[in-house]
Amino acid sequence: MLVLGIETSCDETGVALYDTEAGLVADSVYSQVDLHAKYGGVVPELASRDHVRKIIPLLGELFDKAGRTPRDLDGVAYTAGPGLIGALRVGAAVGRAIAWGLDVPAIGVHHMEAHLLAPLIAPADDQRPAVPFAALLVSGGHSQLVGVEAMGRYTLLGESLDDAAGEAFDKVGKLLGLGYPGGPAVAAAATGGDPARFSFPRPMTDRPGLDMSFSGLKTAVANTVRDLAPLGDQDVADVARAFEDAVVDTLAIKCRRAARQTRCRDFVIAGGVAANKRLRRRLTDSLAGLDEPVRAIFAAPALCTDNGAMVAHAGALRLAAGERAGLAIETRARWRMTALAPLETADR
Amino acid sequence: MNARAESRELPDEEATLAFGAELASRGLANELVWLRGELGAGKTTLVRGFLRALGHQGTVKSPTYTLLEPYAAGNTRVLHFDFYRIADARELAYIGIDELMAEAAVKLVEWPERAAEKLPPPDIDVRLSASGGGRRVDLVDHR
Repeated sequence: MLVLGIETSCDETGVALYDTEAGLVADSVYSQVDLHAKYGGVVPELASRDHVRKIIPLLGELFDKAGRTPRDLDGVAYTAGPGLIGALRVGAAVGRAIAWGLDVPAIGVHHMEAHLLAPLIAPADDQRPAVPFAALLVSGGHSQLVGVEAMGRYTLLGESLDDAAGEAFDKVGKLLGLGYPGGPAVAAAATGGDPARFSFPRPMTDRPGLDMSFSGLKTAVANTVRDLAPLGDQDVADVARAFEDAVVDTLAIKCRRAARQTRCRDFVIAGGVAANKRLRRRLTDSLAGLDEPVRAIFAAPALCTDNGAMVAHAGALRLAAGERAGLAIETRARWRMTALAPLETADR
Repeated sequence: MNARAESRELPDEEATLAFGAELASRGLANELVWLRGELGAGKTTLVRGFLRALGHQGTVKSPTYTLLEPYAAGNTRVLHFDFYRIADARELAYIGIDELMAEAAVKLVEWPERAAEKLPPPDIDVRLSASGGGRRVDLVDHR
């Protein structure tokens, strides 16, 4: 079954073709460099949420790259939420219309489920998580710990009460005068930093529970930057290192706690922040070091940030399980993962 | 229309939450509130105090990434905007800003200065700034 996936829940316009037998066929994420020439004169920042203008050329590029045509499709999946309604509507309207025109089934995909299942896109044989497992979803917009009792059956174990971890990276990047997005920039600066010079709080680790908070950590960094100003290169590196250590430490403590609570053996880590190398190393070691060792499983770095491949993949699983979207174009700004239907035939 | 200005010291997070609650007690229903201040000044904390005072029990996530988080807090609809990531005010057309501003809801807007040319003038203008170890709030009520 060949499924088209469309992701437009926030900034990225992503499209992909996923085949339930052959795996990921092709994947295109809008690149300002590629399309800027075609739309010369569009301010790049202005275009960042302009899914309307980007999606049709991007689909053309995708089918060209794959050597396939829309007639080859057996289904269409689009992100239906959660996200920015205006942005979601674009992908949902295009996706639903393509499916209707081709008379193939359509499915609205939950953005966070798509992230959570991303490590199952072409995993190595020994890297498939076995249910029940737990998951950490960390991105610019979300920081959640999720229990996966069975495929498609989720419980929310904990979440950020304010800023998401990725947002904290972006804002600290800004405070330090580094580029956007802040994740890769802060991580690069931290490489040359002295881990002992500053120590920032590990928010909400000194009390029980799996909720998180990153707003206070951001404020602590802001106060330090204000005291240090003007910052030299070494100051920037040292603050970046201390900040990254604080986030990584906090997430590691929460993941160990979630692993013990759920008694899981596998732990999936997905979302944009899961591309952070120090986090990948630390969580791998930290979970493996538990009395009952837990295996950390990550999405491939290229599939951590928002993309169409994860939507095509999650949609293919739900279509294979017999789910169908109605003819209405339905999108939801808010959508709890716990409200999703079980995915009975997914893991085959 | 007489603008009324007031200022106060907010020594800690609790004081910022309490100030948000006090703002909620002013019976807002349809107003546009600008919330200005640097990163970490306490804008989202103030909104949390505001929403809790109206009866909202859940989390108050930063809308930096989503641009907008809507709430039904008690009988009041509240739209919490954050334009931190907006680089050009024209981007707001893509999120349907005119329709959103016309909704019957209290509109709380962080980083309004990033989109000032596409926003109506504020009914209430709130500025948070660093002051000693805490914060200071300056509010102008234009109603």
